[in-house]
Amino acid sequence: MRSFWRTLDGTLPRDIALVCLAVGVIGVSYGALAVTSGFAWWFPVLMGALVLAASSEFLFVGIIATGGSPLAALLAGLLVNARHLPFGLAVPDVLGRGRRKMLGAHLMNDETVVFALAQDEPERRRAAYWLCGLGILVCWPAGAALGALLGSVVRDTDALGLDAMFPAVILALTLPALTSRPLRRTALAGAALALAVTPYLPAGLPVLAALAALPLALVRAREGDVR
Amino acid sequence: MTAGRTSDALPVLPTLMAMLALAAGTFLLRLSGPALRARIGFPERAEKLLEVSAVVLLAALAATSALTEGHAFTGPARPLGVLVGGVLAWRRAPFLVVVLAAAGTAALLRVAGVP
Repeated sequence: MRSFWRTLDGTLPRDIALVCLAVGVIGVSYGALAVTSGFAWWFPVLMGALVLAASSEFLFVGIIATGGSPLAALLAGLLVNARHLPFGLAVPDVLGRGRRKMLGAHLMNDETVVFALAQDEPERRRAAYWLCGLGILVCWPAGAALGALLGSVVRDTDALGLDAMFPAVILALTLPALTSRPLRRTALAGAALALAVTPYLPAGLPVLAALAALPLALVRAREGDVR
Repeated sequence: MTAGRTSDALPVLPTLMAMLALAAGTFLLRLSGPALRARIGFPERAEKLLEVSAVVLLAALAATSALTEGHAFTGPARPLGVLVGGVLAWRRAPFLVVVLAAAGTAALLRVAGVP
């Protein structure tokens, strides 16, 4: 896995730019979906900047658009974003201090956390986290604004395969972090668990259910197979 | 289309309030992890487990976002695209190639009529 990490080192800014670009393009489809569902153009832009968590925003807009209550949309969005709590427990060192810590916390999302985890040294961790976070803070609302402007013309981004981009980004950046056999087994079991409960649980919970696989990491570690 | 009617039917102020509450709640969720870590000293083994938990969450996120849409399984085009990307990543292909191959595979499959 070492060589993959080194390649990532040299091309890190380019990789982050690519992810931000992809996030921007998904933002275009999000903005378009929002305005064609009856939202004012500024709503997805403002929400994009303030909430800054794509899947919860799609869900929020979808629930309101299909006649659901704002309270239901709020609760569903919070549930989907609940994974940010364990994320914050895992990468507290990248946020910085004082007032900067507030902005640092706001930048926490799937992409910034996975980029930070893929780095070896604390310094590179912080750089990757902030570069990716600030890029997304610009690209996501900007994409939403463009989508709101273009409206229904750009709704079908699935035709471009963009929906495969997000899982591929997370997968590609998580793979090098799976450095030991117990870690791989725990991650695999967690993913299987999440998939198994997806038909039955509300959005957001299946991913959290994966944490039930954590004891696997402990058991294996006690057998002396640490790292 | 019903766009005009939905526009009238949208409860603007309650929706705006709910959105602001979601933003505030999400920010608190983001902030509470680092705040807990600063206040409570975790033993070293627990700290390692916290990092493992992030990796497990991300693996579950990759799996569910690749394979499911809402509560059901998605068509095969997206998972196959992600699979191609995953194999390339495992073979240590450059990140750019991985991401574009995943999107390209899904797009081509859809051109061929695969959902």
